[in-house]
Amino acid sequence: MSEIISRMKDLPSAHLLGAGTPMCSGCGGLEALHQIYDVLGENTVFVNAAGCMTLLSVYPFTPFRGSWLYTAMASAPAGAQGVRDALDLLIQQGRLPPEEDLQVVVLTGDGSAYGMGMSATSGAMDRGLDFIYICYDNEGYGNTGQQYSSATPHGAATATSGGTGGFPGYKKDLFSIWAAHQPSYVATVIASEPLDLAKKIAKARDMSGPRMIIALSPCPTGWDYDPRESVAIGKLAVKTGVWPLKEYENGTVTHTRIPRERPAVEEYLKTQGRFSHLFRPQRNEALLTEIQQRVDRYWAQAQ
Amino acid sequence: MEPILLTGNAAAAWGARLAGVDYVPAFPITPQTEIIETLGAWLDSGAMPGRMVTLESEHSMLTAAGAAAATGVRVFSATSSQGLLHAMEMLYTVAGWRAPFVLVNVSRGLSAPITLEADHNDVLAARDSGFLQIHCTDCQEVVDSVLLAYRLAEDTAVRLPVMVNLDGFYLSFTREPVRLPDLAAAREFLPPFDPGSMRFAASAPQSQAVAVLGGSPYSYFRYETHLAARNAISVYQRIAAEFESRFGRERGAVEAYRCDDADIVFFMIGSFASKAREAVDRLREAGRRVGLLRPRLLRPYPAEIIASALLGVRGVAVVDQNISMGQGGVLHTELAAALYGRGSAPAILTSFIGGLGGREIAPQEFFEMAEVTFRAVDEGRSPPPRLLYTETELRELRKLQSVALAEREQTSPAGRATP
Ligand SMILES: Cc1ncc(C[n+]2csc(CCOP(=O)(O)OP(=O)(O)O)c2C)c(N)n1
Ligand code: SF4
Ligand SMILES: [Mg+2]
Repeated sequence: MSEIISRMKDLPSAHLLGAGTPMCSGCGGLEALHQIYDVLGENTVFVNAAGCMTLLSVYPFTPFRGSWLYTAMASAPAGAQGVRDALDLLIQQGRLPPEEDLQVVVLTGDGSAYGMGMSATSGAMDRGLDFIYICYDNEGYGNTGQQYSSATPHGAATATSGGTGGFPGYKKDLFSIWAAHQPSYVATVIASEPLDLAKKIAKARDMSGPRMIIALSPCPTGWDYDPRESVAIGKLAVKTGVWPLKEYENGTVTHTRIPRERPAVEEYLKTQGRFSHLFRPQRNEALLTEIQQRVDRYWAQAQ
Repeated sequence: MEPILLTGNAAAAWGARLAGVDYVPAFPITPQTEIIETLGAWLDSGAMPGRMVTLESEHSMLTAAGAAAATGVRVFSATSSQGLLHAMEMLYTVAGWRAPFVLVNVSRGLSAPITLEADHNDVLAARDSGFLQIHCTDCQEVVDSVLLAYRLAEDTAVRLPVMVNLDGFYLSFTREPVRLPDLAAAREFLPPFDPGSMRFAASAPQSQAVAVLGGSPYSYFRYETHLAARNAISVYQRIAAEFESRFGRERGAVEAYRCDDADIVFFMIGSFASKAREAVDRLREAGRRVGLLRPRLLRPYPAEIIASALLGVRGVAVVDQNISMGQGGVLHTELAAALYGRGSAPAILTSFIGGLGGREIAPQEFFEMAEVTFRAVDEGRSPPPRLLYTETELRELRKLQSVALAEREQTSPAGRATP
């Protein structure tokens, strides 16, 4: 499983993840997981925290060909620690042949990654745990009805930020927080850019140590748009510069895509009901300008 | 083997070492730290094979412990008090996974007020979690119970995590003579862990701990766990009998001390039960027919064994080193529930709360509890629960309060005028 991925036609077409899950149609997180699973393969054990993806494996069915362990909202990385250490011990003691080894993959939402699970994640990185962390970031507590989390972008309306200005806080910079731990690898991905995603996941797969992935996950239910728009919205997130595609390795951050001519961020915002209050009943010029300026400032510093 | 002097904590560590544990997820908390430091030193020096990892919290520690057990290795961990409560979500979770491993809890009173010394509110907060519970009264029992706990946890009719409880300070830091089983004998009693199908491997994909939708599958798994815990009574009795025949120490689910012809008995758990044993001897010398009944196994609750041990007993003085706010003693409530409706049960249960946060229970207090219970038997009526606290104690506390107040008034010129 270490084939080189450099062009679209190199993308695996295995479709390992089964169909018929209870996820919403157009779920950007599920689309990312499909692609990630095809690259990682079935010799994996997914260690999951509470969130939408918890409902992938509902007794007695699972879409995974490999293994799965649901833990709790706060401690999936600690579950990964236990599984990894146990596999190492079993192999060391000759009780498990090395070919029976598994890639240990944490799978959580943003609520867990940016918030409740952050100290467990930090601890796992401190300990140099050999694992992959996949955070599907739908920018809110999706499973409980899309209340705001610390991944919610400024101005977004959520079930708990329905006022005129939407969410008053700012999306936390998890990429930098993770990178500050100096793990083996950190990357942002999105399902609407499958080649970029597959390259990064393949790279992560072939490394060891903590490998940390954040997948922005357009969420028709939480972001309020037609499920068929998921890919288009994902592409706009990248084009407008809202979701920078980048990676961290050996102390250096590299952007894997630099959008030269960025369309206005409002092209992205106006596709989603959660931002409709910025446009109707009248344009919230101040807030739109602030959001645009923040994106501009990011890219000015990035280059 | 000749006895050596060991603290309760060292005895717990020896239990883990003799059990041949593979993996020790850890997090420090007083009064448990000596356990993980001891194991850490043995692992570092190579005296003991295996791996220890210090997590960043007890919540994570329990998650890692359950996950490693679910992957197929033998796991040991230890905590206390705030740590146990911090991990509470995971206690229920890993028990639901049916992950067999052993967790030592060194009992310590719960915050607030924050304190270091022992009572049983911590371990009793976990009583409904699915963890089985073995309670120790001396350091010898600690090492023995850890070995018994692995046999119990890993038994295919049980498959549940087991907590072994010892009291902070009174056992954790107290040296007592302990006979350590030799390694070969311990291995014979406790062979290596066979995880069966509970493991992760590439050729045998598993989904563990998956969600259920609806009350029916949920109830199914919850009942299975309960029934497994019920199985643990007879399994425990069987392995305790085997333990006794190998090592010569009686470790049954319930200790009955001088209960045979007793009119009344003390009923309690933990290290203070040895104070009760003393009191029983003194009362016997004075011609009072008193005994002590002490469940070692508190989960599952050995109701039948307790009930038959109480046949002919007329009154039970339940001494609770815990307090369920607004209700009273947990042991008292549970004993009443276990005995109610049995024609043969003692007519009188008296309830005493004492020993909170390590407060001493004096011999005179045991004598008094016995007298109260004898009187209740004579009168045919159980008195209201009593909170053990002496007038002297109250006076001393009031004195301290007034000293502190006077200090404050002297050092702050504005005195009481300061808002
Ligand atoms: C300790 C705890 N608190 C709260 C919950 C309720 N809960 C379940 S899923 C969820 C949201 C998780 O958000 P996120 O990690 O972003 O995943 P998403 O639901 O968006 O997929 C919450 C709050 C829980 N399961 N456990
Ligand atoms: S709420 Fe959003 S993240 Fe959750 S399943 Fe639906 S689309 Fe996916
Ligand atoms: Mg989310």
